[in-house]
Amino acid sequence: MTTKHRHQARTRKIKVQIRYFAELKQQAGVDQESQQCEQPLTAVELYAQLRERHGFRFGAQMLRVAINGAFAEWGTTLNDGDEVAFLPPFSGG
Amino acid sequence: MFALSYEAIDANKWVAKLGPGLDSGALVCFEGRVRNHHQGKAVRSLDYEAHEALALDEGERIVKEAQQRFPVQAACVHRLGSLELGEVAVWVGVAGSHRDEAFSACRWIIDEIKARVPIWKREYYEQGEAVWQHP
Repeated sequence: MTTKHRHQARTRKIKVQIRYFAELKQQAGVDQESQQCEQPLTAVELYAQLRERHGFRFGAQMLRVAINGAFAEWGTTLNDGDEVAFLPPFSGG
Repeated sequence: MFALSYEAIDANKWVAKLGPGLDSGALVCFEGRVRNHHQGKAVRSLDYEAHEALALDEGERIVKEAQQRFPVQAACVHRLGSLELGEVAVWVGVAGSHRDEAFSACRWIIDEIKARVPIWKREYYEQGEAVWQHP
């Protein structure tokens, strides 16, 4: 087995559900989308891909991320079926 | 006690829910209201949206933390949806034995709500555009 084949055997396709809010929702044009990704993938890596696709102005350091309804660390590795919400700076109150 | 509401906030109803007892010598309420201006622009109306599940959890954590930090009972409700000028966007009520802790807890809660709860405001201006606020 070549190196390339071994690499393919180790990666696994997962599907995550992405939720956007406020300006991110406006820029993405949708409030959610699902995406096939290759594991291992962290939340910050997923955001970088989506930022490039949608042209989000915020860097990850400006946002919070929530996974499955709870605040999470950006370095968290995503699992199949996760719901990942990107949260721009809050303006309630 | 923390809630999100798509209906107008009835402050009297929330005071009743908070239920200040006969040991409460102080009741402090804060109302955040929709203002007709922002950074020199005339504001016509607002929308609020939230990550609702997370906002409910975080709001509840804040109220509980306040009740641990200060000897008070507290409640907070935040509006979602479309709001007109002058409407109450957020209500905080705090009951305590004395005014010092009630004022302090009320101020602490509204500051934490603004900083920690995933709620967003979109302002509609008289000139026609609408802008999500991300301070």
